[in-house]
Amino acid sequence: MREVTYEQIAEAVSRLCIEANVELGPDVVSALREAKSREKSTVADEVLSQLLQNAEIAASERVPMCQDTGMAVFLVELGQDCHIVGGSLYDAINEGIRKGYGEGYLRASIVGDPIHRKNTGDNTPGIVHVELVEGDACTIHMTAKGFGSENMSRLQMMKPSDGLEAVKAFVVETVRLAGPNACPPVVVGVGLGGNFELSAYLAKRALFRPIGERSKSPDAAELELALLEEINRIGLGPQGMGGRTTALDVHVEMYATHIAGLPVAVNINCHASRHKHVTL
Amino acid sequence: MTVKSLTLPLDQEKISELRAGDKVCLTGWMYTARDAAHKRMAEALEIGEPLPVDLAGQTIYYVGPTPARPGQVIGSAGPTTSSRMDPYTPALLREGLKGMIGKGSRSAAVKEEIVRNRAVYFAAIGGAGALIARTIREAQMVAHHDLGTEAIYRLYVERFPVIVVNDTVGGDLYEQSLRSGHE
Repeated sequence: MREVTYEQIAEAVSRLCIEANVELGPDVVSALREAKSREKSTVADEVLSQLLQNAEIAASERVPMCQDTGMAVFLVELGQDCHIVGGSLYDAINEGIRKGYGEGYLRASIVGDPIHRKNTGDNTPGIVHVELVEGDACTIHMTAKGFGSENMSRLQMMKPSDGLEAVKAFVVETVRLAGPNACPPVVVGVGLGGNFELSAYLAKRALFRPIGERSKSPDAAELELALLEEINRIGLGPQGMGGRTTALDVHVEMYATHIAGLPVAVNINCHASRHKHVTL
Repeated sequence: MTVKSLTLPLDQEKISELRAGDKVCLTGWMYTARDAAHKRMAEALEIGEPLPVDLAGQTIYYVGPTPARPGQVIGSAGPTTSSRMDPYTPALLREGLKGMIGKGSRSAAVKEEIVRNRAVYFAAIGGAGALIARTIREAQMVAHHDLGTEAIYRLYVERFPVIVVNDTVGGDLYEQSLRSGHE
């Protein structure tokens, strides 16, 4: 049994929060560059140039790339032979958020409850999903998820007879309805199968996969490419101002489902797709 | 593409010349307000109280910036989704508000009031908060201090880059883009 301490986790989370918000991942930067080379529209080209310039300024000046520094969401792959000592995993993560968002001058965007809506002041609590895996390592994946795009996400409990074409139409329609609100070019996470809550979780988990990396499932990979092509035909373009790049990528995660159901969830990520991870 | 340079507060004649799709650089003073500040302004108008700032002729930027580091004017300061302000906007336009800056499309009711009051709605580039912050030279908190990032600030900006989405004659950039397809 390997031990990982509360302090190690809090410190790592604090660093992830800051780094995710100021350093746009190399996968996103290269996807934006590639998109720019494909655009014929001058507005689209200009918007993509400004997004690339924005990412450079953020990284060099250590300023958040976007003022919505997000709700902090974590996917923890916890080895079953890893023992967390000194406090709870959840407390350690929230302490890391408190420290990272404070020291990084990141925006506190979380209200303590959805009715009275009083800001908690330190961006806690975060959202933590734990997956128990083999081994003795603890890998923490973090995303600073903005709500411009989160608000435009949708879930539909389809019927088996609706079929794959209806699933595709629902995904494309979701991106179209999101329009300029979701800060395109977007990354689209699709959760297909499972049940009501698992489909939404799969859609979120899909967003953690680097841009350009296809699903290991041939069916999901084929669906990803077909959806990407269809979405980019809408013509929404960067910031909804027209162009070829409405989405940088589509990631599909699938799971077994019930004979009576076909759940499909779409979680949209803006162009500032911020994902970082660390293994302790 | 040509870029028009305009000073704030906006001149009515200049607003009327703007068309959807025009690229504009704004220089001068503007106010910030987002969800909670809009709710309070709407409540004030409902009970006949004055607004915390006189909006006649002014421009509101929908933004909730990140905190400024010591020595910085402001943190990251890109636009937030404008449609969340839609329920409150018609009343503010009737108070004389002339310009709005945000991202994303507006409701039919807001678009009608934009035309009726000869105002303009601009989009700033969503997510480009670090880049936009460079154009903000001064930031003074003027009302609703308790709202934190949602408080009303007065900002002095220099060559703040925006694009006209809704103009005084009913033009709508987002609708035009979707109609013209991906080329």
